[in-house]
Amino acid sequence: MQPLQLEGSPKTPFVNFDPNTGFLELKGRSIPENSIDFYKPLIDWIDQYGRSPKPKTALHVQLEYFNTSSSKCILDVFKKLEMIRASGNEVSVLWHYEQDDEDMLEAGEDYAGIIKVPFRMIQIQEVNDQ
Amino acid sequence: MTDRIHDLYDELERHRVMLSFKGSLTPELITALLDMVERRMERIEVDPKARKRVFTVVIECLQNLYHHVDQDTAAPNGEKVHDPHGVVMIAQTDTGYSVITGNFMAGHEVDRLKQHLDRINSLGPDELRDLYRSRLSDGTYTASGGGGLGMIEIARKSGGKLEYGFVPYDKDSAFFSLNVNVTT
Repeated sequence: MQPLQLEGSPKTPFVNFDPNTGFLELKGRSIPENSIDFYKPLIDWIDQYGRSPKPKTALHVQLEYFNTSSSKCILDVFKKLEMIRASGNEVSVLWHYEQDDEDMLEAGEDYAGIIKVPFRMIQIQEVNDQ
Repeated sequence: MTDRIHDLYDELERHRVMLSFKGSLTPELITALLDMVERRMERIEVDPKARKRVFTVVIECLQNLYHHVDQDTAAPNGEKVHDPHGVVMIAQTDTGYSVITGNFMAGHEVDRLKQHLDRINSLGPDELRDLYRSRLSDGTYTASGGGGLGMIEIARKSGGKLEYGFVPYDKDSAFFSLNVNVTT
């Protein structure tokens, strides 16, 4: 299986999904008008990865902004991880938020309250665009 | 007309307008407008949290204009327009920022939107968060993918009540205006 790598853009995040290490990364901004178009390949990739996942999978989310069009798609990404975990694998989400950005921390807590995957909230200094 | 453009300029200055735009929105244009707003906000607003809240409200408002304009709504000249046509204005106020948008919409959708906005305005911050969470997890999608989260998010970031109005335009359409005050 091939890694999924996408450059960041002003409205879409940097993506690096590595099937060989189980290290998945989503970083930057997610504010496209049509989020479904952007997220479908990501969700399909995780779906395929989930058929023979690594024993440990970690998704690092480090978003500076995301729009409501993205929020349901991001939930779908987490739901795919939930399924990988349900089949007996170790899965975690590492939710990075900028110091003092309570809104982003709250957003992470909202997801953590919906999804049955352990979330770790990680405070960082500043989100760097990729 | 040349006098009027000067009056318009004065008016915009007096109301501390940092951006005003009327016309059709494309994703590319939204990117450019957001870039402008972000640069301006970096200069005039020291509080990063306030900057982020204003920027988030602007994103949602512009994308609302882009997505929710009725595709077959009549423009003021009577022609049917097939593009997202609207107006947006962002200004500084004594208490923070004001993001005002206006667009034509289908008349039969006015009641539903009004109910949605009234419900949002009746809720406090914790209740808005609960509503956001339940909408997020209910598994439904709207055409734009947000599943009706946009206005809830706008209200959460604003910290105040959404001011809105509907002006009937013709038998099929109405003009919807929204003023979001972001208190800083």
